Amino acid sequence: MTKYWKSLDGNSIQNKKEKVEKKSSTNRRDFLKTFGFGLASTFILSRCENAAHKAIPYLIKPEEVTPSIANYYTSSFFDGDKFNSILVKVLDGRPIKIEGNDLSSISLGATNSITQASILSLYDDTRYRKPKVNGEDSDWGTIDKQIIDQLKKAKEEKGKIAIVSPTIISPSTKKVIADFIKEYPTTEHITYNAISVSGLLDANKESFGKRIIPNYKFDKAKIIVGINADFLGTWLSPVEYTKQYVQNRQVSEDNREMSLHIQVESGMSLTGSNADERIIINPSEEQNLVANLYNYIANKVGEEEITASKPTMKITELGNDLLKNKGKSLVVCGTNNKETQLIVNGINQLLENYGKTISFNQALLTKQADDLEMADFIKNIDSYKGIIFYDCNPVYDYPAKEKLTNAIKNIELSISFSAIPDETSEIVKYVCPAHNYLEAWNDFNPKEGIYTLSQPCIHPIFDTRREQESFLKWAGIEQEYYQIIKQNWKSAVYSKTNLAFDFENFWIKSLQDGIIELESNSSEPKYKNDLSAIKITEPKSELELHIYESVHIGSGKHANNPWLQELPDPVSKVTWDNYAAISPFLSKEKSLKTGDVIIISGTMEIPVLVQPGQAKNTISIALGYGRTVAGKSGKDVGTDVYQLIKTDGYKEYSTDITIEKTKVFKELATTQLHDSMEGRDIVRETTLDKYKEKPSAGNERHKEIEKHHNTLYQEYVYEGHHWGMAVDLNACTGCNSCVAACSIENNVPIVGKEEVKRAHEMHWMRIDRYYAGDPENPEVIRQPVMCQHCGNAPCENVCPVGATNHSAEGINQMAYNRCIGTRYCNNNCPYKVRRFNWFDYNKSDALEGNLYDPHGMTKDLPRMVLNPDVTVRAKGVIEKCSFCVQRIQEKKLKAKMENRALQDGEILTACQQTCPANAIVFGDLNDKNSKVSKLFEQQRRYHLLEELHTLPTVGYLTKVRNKKGKKSNNKDHQKHA
Amino acid sequence: MSDISTREELIQGNKDLKTITDDVFNPIVAKPNKFWFAGLLLAASAALIGVISIVLTVWKGIGIWGVNKTIGWGWGITNFVWWVGIGHAGTFISAILLLFRQKWRTSINRSAEAMTIFAVICAGLFPLIHMGRLLLGFFILPYPNTRDVWVNFNSPLLWDVFAITTYLLVSLVFWYVGLIPDLGTVRDRMKTKFKKAFYRLLSFGWTGSAKHWQRFEIVSFTLAGLAAPLVLSVHTIVSFDFATSVIPGWHTTIFPPYFVAGAIFSGFAMVLTLMIVARKTMNLQDYITINHIELMNKIIILTGSIVGIAYLTELFIAWYSGVEYELFAFVNRATGPYWWAYWIMMTCNVVSPQLFWFKKLRRSIWFTFLMSIVINVGMWFERFVIIVTSLHRDYLPSSWEMYKPTIIEVLIFVGTLGIFFTLFLLFVRFFPVIAMAEVKTTIKNK
Repeated sequence: MTKYWKSLDGNSIQNKKEKVEKKSSTNRRDFLKTFGFGLASTFILSRCENAAHKAIPYLIKPEEVTPSIANYYTSSFFDGDKFNSILVKVLDGRPIKIEGNDLSSISLGATNSITQASILSLYDDTRYRKPKVNGEDSDWGTIDKQIIDQLKKAKEEKGKIAIVSPTIISPSTKKVIADFIKEYPTTEHITYNAISVSGLLDANKESFGKRIIPNYKFDKAKIIVGINADFLGTWLSPVEYTKQYVQNRQVSEDNREMSLHIQVESGMSLTGSNADERIIINPSEEQNLVANLYNYIANKVGEEEITASKPTMKITELGNDLLKNKGKSLVVCGTNNKETQLIVNGINQLLENYGKTISFNQALLTKQADDLEMADFIKNIDSYKGIIFYDCNPVYDYPAKEKLTNAIKNIELSISFSAIPDETSEIVKYVCPAHNYLEAWNDFNPKEGIYTLSQPCIHPIFDTRREQESFLKWAGIEQEYYQIIKQNWKSAVYSKTNLAFDFENFWIKSLQDGIIELESNSSEPKYKNDLSAIKITEPKSELELHIYESVHIGSGKHANNPWLQELPDPVSKVTWDNYAAISPFLSKEKSLKTGDVIIISGTMEIPVLVQPGQAKNTISIALGYGRTVAGKSGKDVGTDVYQLIKTDGYKEYSTDITIEKTKVFKELATTQLHDSMEGRDIVRETTLDKYKEKPSAGNERHKEIEKHHNTLYQEYVYEGHHWGMAVDLNACTGCNSCVAACSIENNVPIVGKEEVKRAHEMHWMRIDRYYAGDPENPEVIRQPVMCQHCGNAPCENVCPVGATNHSAEGINQMAYNRCIGTRYCNNNCPYKVRRFNWFDYNKSDALEGNLYDPHGMTKDLPRMVLNPDVTVRAKGVIEKCSFCVQRIQEKKLKAKMENRALQDGEILTACQQTCPANAIVFGDLNDKNSKVSKLFEQQRRYHLLEELHTLPTVGYLTKVRNKKGKKSNNKDHQKHA
Repeated sequence: MSDISTREELIQGNKDLKTITDDVFNPIVAKPNKFWFAGLLLAASAALIGVISIVLTVWKGIGIWGVNKTIGWGWGITNFVWWVGIGHAGTFISAILLLFRQKWRTSINRSAEAMTIFAVICAGLFPLIHMGRLLLGFFILPYPNTRDVWVNFNSPLLWDVFAITTYLLVSLVFWYVGLIPDLGTVRDRMKTKFKKAFYRLLSFGWTGSAKHWQRFEIVSFTLAGLAAPLVLSVHTIVSFDFATSVIPGWHTTIFPPYFVAGAIFSGFAMVLTLMIVARKTMNLQDYITINHIELMNKIIILTGSIVGIAYLTELFIAWYSGVEYELFAFVNRATGPYWWAYWIMMTCNVVSPQLFWFKKLRRSIWFTFLMSIVINVGMWFERFVIIVTSLHRDYLPSSWEMYKPTIIEVLIFVGTLGIFFTLFLLFVRFFPVIAMAEVKTTIKNK
């Protein structure tokens, strides 16, 4: 083919051709190379970008915030029921953990499970995002305008307005409410406590002229008699009481004395399960027993007796024990019956306990509500034009559901401050969501002379507003609540101190300490009482219902907290449910077994649990369940028994019932199926008498076994640290705060009810509970079990990939990344403390679409609670207690940076830190002066299953019971129980 | 064992060399009957269901199984040990009986070995799929890596990896070497081009020359020498998974011999199950005669009795040791919540094989078939009892739990049965089920 040229410059074609050829010859390859490289890098980069989350570094770093270094802020927890002075751990701007404030005499550094878990309420995904009018989202401007209009209208028409709240212990809030009432004078402030102590308050008013809860001093008592008062679990201030109680329970070779604790109760409570002796009564026998006890003591001290029918059981023993310890005894009663409380006051008076074990100095202020006031309010509720519900949910927790619901629906102005949807806030017209307590300023006066603050630890997450601000706004007061608190403190608190520095410094100190305790020396009030008018109610023989507060769920306010729901009940080990506890006797008589559903008084269905130690004719059911409006974790969990509380007069937490069997079976999600220790040498115990003679009593085997410890191999020498832990079985009450703290600290996933039923719960530590003796009145044995960090660990040598191994400091550690999930280690662990990730609980699996998260813990908001210092574990790996290795590392580094030796007690494991009973001590066994080494020298020390030669570094101290030698005494109580 | 010459002819029907070849070769070229297709369909469907269940397990997590915080191993490891046990008979027959010059083995060794390999494949699946993180399962291999982490040679699970892979490889090679002369025969007889090429490839250019036979003999005996100790070692090591642990009921020194005996016991039972079906459907009655069956039944009495004695020894030692946990573990087996599993095990493994003392029963094909099934059920329960009842109530009563398999675990087991039978059906279709070359050595030359 002829080639035509285009221009005279023949070279140009040539050149062009060359160029083209050159280009094309390399171009294709280049193209492919570039294309391939481009594609690969785009792919890789895009993958990288997908995986990375946006993080914006500080342009100007705030002074106090160093990424990954936690700050602790003092604060206060008060849920309208129980108070705790706390420290909030804030990491990178997120509150992630709560510890007790060790400067506070109320918490002494400890918390209970509810306080521990309350951090999750901050990140509750069901929280109101913004104010609501008639269920529709609104904004503060609109809602304020409407409310103010309505309030003004009511004011003009002289229509009554009610503020309904639990007891308010915040002086500044009270001031704000007073200011509000000044603006709207038709306003009444009505308080009620979901779990009421009105009877106790009124009895004290009558006996002492002070409507107040005195300051009980369990540490001063040599003998404690609790009558249906679960003071270690739920009654008034359990953390404080536990701290006091264990002071006389922890024996050592130097101090071989301990208090005697006798519990008189209907259901098996946490406190009862720790008692040296339990006397079982039906609720209707309570008053009779108390009256006869009074009479017995009165008779002996030559006081006048009251008229009461003969006792249903022998009380001489009890009376004598109390008389022996005049002024060193303490009788507490949990009933809401005023007359009974009056007699109890009388007993304490006869025993000369006032001013010694009971004081009106620093009286407890957390519960002051009057049942009659609330009952009156409910009766006349239709006469109100407006109701403001402050931090309360009476539609659920007051036994007049229907009346309240109808009234609220008919009323023009109904306001709730609830931060999360509840039964009340769902039907009110205006929802003005309050801040979570960790987002807001507040002050508290939990005990007379004790003032605490709470401060915001995070910027409000949603468009919420603290209740006080709302009141101020509506009252037309242009002042910040923070300023009011400060002013208030200046006038009410600062003025009472004799400090040498000015108010600003005082304020800073108060914030830093979180608590101010004023000295008070007011004299004890005079006792005046006339018991002769009291008519003692006769014990009944019908089936009775005993309604109690559960340790973890409490009044039900925290029912939507999955951490609390998944914590096993300290006694029954049931999670995610309440149940009707029946005695083994009743179980036989009515042929009911655990899980059988019964109908109570024709109204409610509830599964049965056969509870050893339950009163024969009494069924116990916990409050706080059966919420109908709550998030996924709280809604329709269990059965609501609030509606069975009688409210004419004082609230009655016991009543007559009938039961009816059904054919339905509902499996309870229990974490422990077997109740007997099978005679095994698991918990070693002795009696006080024997211990006094020989501190190694009950622990004779320990030396025997130690003698046989032999090995063919050279034993490893721990140079540097050797971490160890001592658990005092005599101190542990089994309250489960440690389990909660451990789960929160270590990002332990929630698995939900169905999985707990399948024994897939993930808790790293547990409190084993066994029963011994007579099933109708057994002894309860408890043992906290976490990884024992064996020096000769059976789990370590069976792992094919070496994922679990031993550190040079004696910690049995897990390399999650290395674990392939054979579960061999778990099988070979004699303590069964290892937990396997059955599913992808954390959205951390390589495969997609297989998330198992029944309670939404992996959503963006709840995820904020995760502790970034602890890896979240992927599906298919084993996890377990690490001795809080992240805390060990943190303190070790700190000491290193400060160029000093690590101090004993500097490292606190999560369980140890929160334990109200001081039962757990962690430290360095190589340091002969450390607390743990000292405890290891105690002759009470033994190791769990030590005969297996696993050489655990967790040591247990034997349980010592203050049991009397004479058997007949015990029998007496059992026979009559 | 008595001299072979005093016995009846090993194979019946007056076979000559050609008829033997015909009998074995014909099924390979003939169109398979509808039972074969039906069987394959059934087995393959089961295998498919099993594979789906396995995929689900890997994807969703082990949580869809019934194992829990206390019982970490359930059906998965039970099935593993069961299948490994079954995988013992083939190599025992071909290696140990070869070394003992037991000629009667020639009729059954080929299919027994095939069964061994398929069983070991099924067994090997379980340790893999019971891992929480199968995708990282390669961590268990000691391969050089940049992370400088090494496997834990103290772990019996690692020993398992070596033991089972070695066993699988040696059995596979041994089986294949044995196949070569027969594959040569098949190649020579095959008419179609493609199939001929296929068997040519497989037969490694076997010509049947004296040199080839000589080498064949040397390799066979060497491999037999290698394989024989493996028969004993594999189940010994599998038993170490349990014996070296601290769990009462597992921590037992009797386990190695007891497991090996149990394995051969169950392996022979499985061989019997398959042979009785195969001889009937494939017209091999002349090759696998009632004498073979009786001989195998005798081995079953022997191994079954060893197993029985082991059970009783265990019980005795549990009492004699005076260890309360140990004693409890065994009392709990017999009287605890899983008593039924224990008594199924006892009945099937201890009582029923003793019936073979009766010659009439020993020579009854139907009874043998029934017994072979009963024994395998019993041996499955043995592993279930060892694994589950020991774990479910160990040291701390607070952790005592119950275990119930989920449908997924059951389907995975069914799936491995499916895989096993699929492979076996394919084997009988494409390979000479009877070692022709070896059988021919047992008949008088006609």
